[in-house]
Amino acid sequence: MNLSSSEVAVATRSARAGFSFRKPSALPGFGLALGFTVTYLSLIVLIPLAATFLKTATLDWPHFVRAVTSARVLASYRLTFGAAAVAALINAIFGFLVAWVLVRYQFPGKRLVDALVDLPFALPTAVAGIALAAVYAGNGWIGQWLEPLGIKIAFTRAGVVLALTFIGLPFVVRTVQPVLEEFEREQEEAAACLGASRWLTFSRIVFPAVAPALLTGFSLALARGLGEYGSVIFIAGNVPMKSEITALLIITELEQFDYAGATALAVVMLLASFSLLLLINTLQWWWQRRHSNSRIQARPRAAVAEVLTS
Amino acid sequence: MSNRSGIKKGAPIEFDAEFNTEFNTTPRARRPEPVTESRPVRIVLITVTLVFLLAFLVVPLAAVFQLALSKGFAYYFDALADPDAWSAIRLTLLVAAIAVPLNVVFGLAASWAIAKFEFRGKSLLMTLIDLPFSVSPVISGLVFVLLFGAQGWLGPWLEAHQIQLIFAVPGIVMATIFVTFPFVARELIPLMQAQGTEEEEAARVLGASGWQMFRRVTLPNIKWGLLYGVILCNARAMGEFGAVSVVSGHIRGQTNTMPLHVEILYNEYNFAAAFAVASLLALLALVTLALKLLAEGRLKQDSHATVRAPAMPSQSMPVRQQVQQ
Repeated sequence: MNLSSSEVAVATRSARAGFSFRKPSALPGFGLALGFTVTYLSLIVLIPLAATFLKTATLDWPHFVRAVTSARVLASYRLTFGAAAVAALINAIFGFLVAWVLVRYQFPGKRLVDALVDLPFALPTAVAGIALAAVYAGNGWIGQWLEPLGIKIAFTRAGVVLALTFIGLPFVVRTVQPVLEEFEREQEEAAACLGASRWLTFSRIVFPAVAPALLTGFSLALARGLGEYGSVIFIAGNVPMKSEITALLIITELEQFDYAGATALAVVMLLASFSLLLLINTLQWWWQRRHSNSRIQARPRAAVAEVLTS
Repeated sequence: MSNRSGIKKGAPIEFDAEFNTEFNTTPRARRPEPVTESRPVRIVLITVTLVFLLAFLVVPLAAVFQLALSKGFAYYFDALADPDAWSAIRLTLLVAAIAVPLNVVFGLAASWAIAKFEFRGKSLLMTLIDLPFSVSPVISGLVFVLLFGAQGWLGPWLEAHQIQLIFAVPGIVMATIFVTFPFVARELIPLMQAQGTEEEEAARVLGASGWQMFRRVTLPNIKWGLLYGVILCNARAMGEFGAVSVVSGHIRGQTNTMPLHVEILYNEYNFAAAFAVASLLALLALVTLALKLLAEGRLKQDSHATVRAPAMPSQSMPVRQQVQQ
């Protein structure tokens, strides 16, 4: 490998120039904007999160394992993951239905209903929690009709599912809705003309096109449900081993100044939600590669959903 | 799978080409009955949807206001005029007034760098910006306790210098900044990416300074997207509960925000007062939704005017597909 002197000169020059990692541009402000972005991101997000992981490294391994696998903790995982999964499933079904009705049908008050779907994004979780608890308690507006039927929702595990369903609904609706809007009706017309029944058209033509968005919405609702705290604690009852979520256990340990235990649990939850995030991104990437057709990527309102994930 | 997508892509093109020439003059005829459900099915689906939304969204929202006023207007206003409630309202406004502008500056800087320039590590940077979304609110609070709390990394140093960040207002502000961190950036990045760099480049060529270019060209283009991000960021900042709960210490009259005050009143079985404060937050949510609707409408117009129109000369699907192939 003999490099000519001019090649070496170019290489060293570009190595010396600080911004060799970007394409040249006529616009100003790149250094300032990126510098501020990276500094602020590091100070607010990266350093604090890294400190949390480092803190775990100072725990001894047996203590860590005990902290994240005690019977009470395991029960809280089962409730948290189970309730979040059930709620995300309910949301996948009803969220799809809501999106379908909003895109395909006309009815009075449709715009109002459309705006209302974002309520769980806008309503503080604590308010949602006390409102749901009041409505679904034994003497509440809806609870009083369910109690004679033997259905108890508030202060049971069903209450956890209810709260997480409330929180997660917009994620599914707002990821599925834009895809349904962009869906080319001509494909359905073709299927109808070729003699397919409405159900066959739906299950073979429409649903496969919407499925990835539905899966994304499901995962977003699931991820949000795993970490949710505010709305759940008011309606869950919070009985240890029965209706206590993991986020509440972290708070309980903090209040007892068991920082090591709280950190260990936090790291488990962080790893769970990061893996979920990775899974969502991989699925989306995989899907976009398979269908480079623009309609899957055209998801303007999905940005809204992602905006409110946490 | 490949076979099916072949049919999907291939078959409708011929079919639609004929369809178009025949029906172009009467576009309404292109939506015949076979592509929608029968009337009874439609009615059932709409009813199920509305009942679901009624039970899950409308009834709880209405209950907030009904329970807030359950002991009459006098009690309602007394609950809001309570000194502790007042200090909670003031603290909530203060925290939002610090957190939102900081995240706006960050959002503008991040979206400028990411949307207008090409550089290595961009997608990593975008993933990192999204990170706070995937962190549970409780853990968002915990990370600051682990950093600045008595047993945290910087705890001893802060104690020696008599600086208290955790269980005090600075901790609440930091936790709020953390949870609302990506809102503005997430909203602006796709918008600015779609708008491209031509207009700014033209401004520079015509001799505008960097600041003039930003103020006269960029800002007017993104104002509705920016407003949208600010609204969402503000709603979350004022309503955040989990993260703030961890770092606040719940000192009445000092480190209680409105959502925390709601919790305290509720746990004291003072339901009417709890719902009275909650009703203010519910009103905030309704205002947020209304502003969001407004911004969304204007945003759609903007992106249609600046982005969509030149990119898509024809609404007809076959043409678009042929162009792509």
